[in-house]
Amino acid sequence: MSVHVAPVGDTGVLAVFDQKISQEIGAQVAALNAAIHAAALPGAGETVPAFASLLVRYDPLVTDYDTMSAAIVHLAGHLPPPDTAAGKLVTIPVCYGGNYGPDLGFVAQHAGLTEQEVVRRHTAREYRIYMLGFLPGFPYLGGLDPSLATPRLQNPRTSIPSGSVGIGGEQTGIYPVASPGGWQLIGRTPLKLFDPAKPLPYAAGDRIRFSAISPEQFAALAQKEGSA
Amino acid sequence: MSICILDPGPLTTVQDLGRAGSAAEGYRTCGAADGYAARLANLLVGNPPGDAVLETTLRGPTLRFETAAVFALTGAQAPATLDGQPISFYGPGFAPAGSVLQIGMPQAGLRSYLAVWGGIVVPVVRGSRSTDLACHLGGFQGRGLRKGDELLTAMPEDAVTSWWKAIHRRRADHPLGSVLACTGARCWRWEGTARLPLLRAVPGPQWDAFTSMGQEAFTHGVYQLTADCNRMACKLSGPAIGTVHGSDILSDGIVEGSVQVSSNGQPIVMLADHQTTGGYAKIATVISTDLPALAQLRPGEQVTFDLVDPKHAVIAARAQAARLRQVADRLK
Repeated sequence: MSVHVAPVGDTGVLAVFDQKISQEIGAQVAALNAAIHAAALPGAGETVPAFASLLVRYDPLVTDYDTMSAAIVHLAGHLPPPDTAAGKLVTIPVCYGGNYGPDLGFVAQHAGLTEQEVVRRHTAREYRIYMLGFLPGFPYLGGLDPSLATPRLQNPRTSIPSGSVGIGGEQTGIYPVASPGGWQLIGRTPLKLFDPAKPLPYAAGDRIRFSAISPEQFAALAQKEGSA
Repeated sequence: MSICILDPGPLTTVQDLGRAGSAAEGYRTCGAADGYAARLANLLVGNPPGDAVLETTLRGPTLRFETAAVFALTGAQAPATLDGQPISFYGPGFAPAGSVLQIGMPQAGLRSYLAVWGGIVVPVVRGSRSTDLACHLGGFQGRGLRKGDELLTAMPEDAVTSWWKAIHRRRADHPLGSVLACTGARCWRWEGTARLPLLRAVPGPQWDAFTSMGQEAFTHGVYQLTADCNRMACKLSGPAIGTVHGSDILSDGIVEGSVQVSSNGQPIVMLADHQTTGGYAKIATVISTDLPALAQLRPGEQVTFDLVDPKHAVIAARAQAARLRQVADRLK
């Protein structure tokens, strides 16, 4: 596997892969991340996987850059072949359209499709989670059907409800917490993704599939989440 | 056992040493911007270094100790009074029940720290008591303190009184002023007759994305902190740092101290509340030892950078930790 390393101050090593977004690179990042956690290197801290890199933090009182970077290069050279099907498949129930997805009509119009066809195409694919960032639990997903790509709003909304599922350019994603944002909102999940007391249901390297639910199912699931 | 906030000042938050361990899930680390001063404040009152303290911004709060407390102030040295009587930083001091502590505006520096024996008691979220202002979590209700807030403290009156007797005698035996490393490392560069703060930095993961003139600008230029500085980042203004192919990159993980360069060629240095990932090329990373110095700079102040390799950065981090250990040993 081709990886090079760069220092991030005195507390990190950035393992850098070919700088492109692809299933294969994503799988390599996930495999190296798993190998580093399994190796439990002395002084190693948390890791931050991204599209085509892995940040590995370390404690400079315990180890140093040369030791850590050599260990990471060694681990990267002994990984199994990347498996793009590795990681969990997480299903996210989404109620599309209406108040849950006020921009579904616009996305359909832009794509020259019916709303039902947009939902069918959006739920037909598995999306790879390349990384989490921007907000706690915000997944950067790859794999949107190119026919659904839609420009962002010209005037971003000042507040988007938590759980909103949107399309921004060629990306699709979920807003786990209420926040400002400029994506076209096509639906909403009743799952409470942001809860600091619980681990997230997904991680970088996993895959997401959306499944369409009715407003009644949304209400029932939301109630269950609220009482959980 | 509590502290009542009478006037919070511009921004006072509960912080510890940060929420490490959840960055892969997108949680910001947060924590004291000047981690050295926060650790020192805790050591001075006899706490573990990671207990929760209050961090002020520019002007300190006025607060009332509803029960007696042993406290210490570190960081930017502001005029401070307890029931109107001037008190010194680094103490520690004893505050009787009902006494009012007023922390003013420092002549230099930006952030002061107040530790109380036993720590500030707020819920632990993801392993930390730090306030995440952007995501409204941790700390005191996920926000800066307001007038009328009641902060819980851990230690009952009688325990505080006997602890004060114990440490006051010992600390009087070992006057702290002479041995105390009051701040972390501070480096300077002379520009003519001006002494400018110098931040040591390791070349960043995208160092090669910058032109040689851009790299020169960064290492030799003088940068000024703009008004756009907060706990997330310090935006600087100075000689433009040119890139070879633009400053956009595939987002990757960033740390406190990462120096991003946006499309206008101006550097942005990440502080404690930074996002976990970023999409701008990073020319350098300020070393952990010099982050406290950066956290104490105010908008309008100037700063310079000097490149070091990771080996020297690690040596500096260990020297800083040794200095704190020395302080801790003197206080035992």
